[in-house]
Amino acid sequence: MLAKRIIPCLDVDNGRVKKGVNFINLVDVGDPVAIAASYEVQGADEQVFLDITATTEGRGTFKDVISAISNEVFMPLTVGGGIRTLADMQQLLQAGADKISINSAALANPELIREGAEKFGNQCIVVAIDVKTDPETGKRFVYSHGGRKKTDRLAYDWAQEAIALGAGELLVTSMDKDGTKSGFDIELYKQLGDLVQVPIIASGGAGTVAHFVEVFSKTKVTGALAASIFHFGEITIEEVKEALRAYNIPVR
Amino acid sequence: MIAIIDYDAGNTFNVQKAFAHLGIPTVLTADKTTILQAAGVVVPGVGAFRQAMDTLTRRDLVPVLETVVARNIPVLGICLGMQLLFDSSNEYGQTQGFGFIPGTVDEIPQDLGLMVPHTGWNCNSLVNKTSPFSCIDGEYTYFVHSYYVKCETRYITAVADYGMEIPAVVAHGNVYGMQFHPEKSAAIGLRLLQRFNELCEAHTAGYEA
Repeated sequence: MLAKRIIPCLDVDNGRVKKGVNFINLVDVGDPVAIAASYEVQGADEQVFLDITATTEGRGTFKDVISAISNEVFMPLTVGGGIRTLADMQQLLQAGADKISINSAALANPELIREGAEKFGNQCIVVAIDVKTDPETGKRFVYSHGGRKKTDRLAYDWAQEAIALGAGELLVTSMDKDGTKSGFDIELYKQLGDLVQVPIIASGGAGTVAHFVEVFSKTKVTGALAASIFHFGEITIEEVKEALRAYNIPVR
Repeated sequence: MIAIIDYDAGNTFNVQKAFAHLGIPTVLTADKTTILQAAGVVVPGVGAFRQAMDTLTRRDLVPVLETVVARNIPVLGICLGMQLLFDSSNEYGQTQGFGFIPGTVDEIPQDLGLMVPHTGWNCNSLVNKTSPFSCIDGEYTYFVHSYYVKCETRYITAVADYGMEIPAVVAHGNVYGMQFHPEKSAAIGLRLLQRFNELCEAHTAGYEA
């Protein structure tokens, strides 16, 4: 049986982790290499790094950051943020990344998913989808540009289209839940899990270990992602895994 | 020095980085002399079986690897590199492999209702308790593959359960294979690579003595 994955996510801005973290024994709390190494020790199963650098000249830095991380951290590394071309993907894979996460660029040019999957394999291409519910109709729409722009695509349709094009995995963030610490969007992942066959990573809403137990017990997601609760030590990855073990959910 | 076979096998950087992290020198090479002087040889690999064998053949590496095995120099095949150690594969038609370990390579059946490729952390169960890689028992390692090897139990060191038993570590003499990626399997992966290096050192010491 495959282990369920607990995945911390780091925002990287100009080579530094944006919000900082609160780990004991970390001398430099903004250093992505130190933080990634610390997460490996804590038992993370995979790590996601998102480049949120606004300027183009800062972009090259991100590749160097990934390269430095992969010198020290030996686990699957997923990278995303501003990836628009096969050349972007190639550079990051050569720097040591294992998977490429694409979001707005895939919405603008869905063929990018197919091209990436054909060149690097389906397992390499993760399509990230930001989802927000329309309060009037209850429909779940896809948002682009880091959640700033509403698109006219519906979440379930886009998920299926992305997979048909070759996405090997979906990283689905519920914007309704993101930042609330009120638990993952169970209904969203239940429905998605019944629709698609690829691994799904749930993101948005994690606040307690019970939330991780809930999302793995009630839905078919194979990974759960969180940022701030791990960064600020509110809960540790080990605590999450202990709780999952107690419910006989396979973890590493 | 460990020679990592250079045959454009996709992502070899991470294998090199893992050995470097352990302080073990490696060289990525397709040069016969360098390979035959190495303490151990790693056959990495991501991609398709036939293409890999074509490139290895074109670079005259098949006879070199045969000499390596004849001299009992430890060999470690990783992922596709492990599959290449067997007689043949059914990936896109029958293709001959190195034939260092008796067995064939087949696609993971789609009717198990499980995702193919088999991607993620899976748990290993030790089959051969006397293996130098016995530390793998009960440990999770990181897999990414759509094909698996079929061989006699005596060549199997450890298996992973994926609706069927997937040979995860294989061995025949000084030829070893790992279906998962030790270079992506955190602490246990590094320990396995360290262990391979110890086998290489032991072989070199025996040779010099």
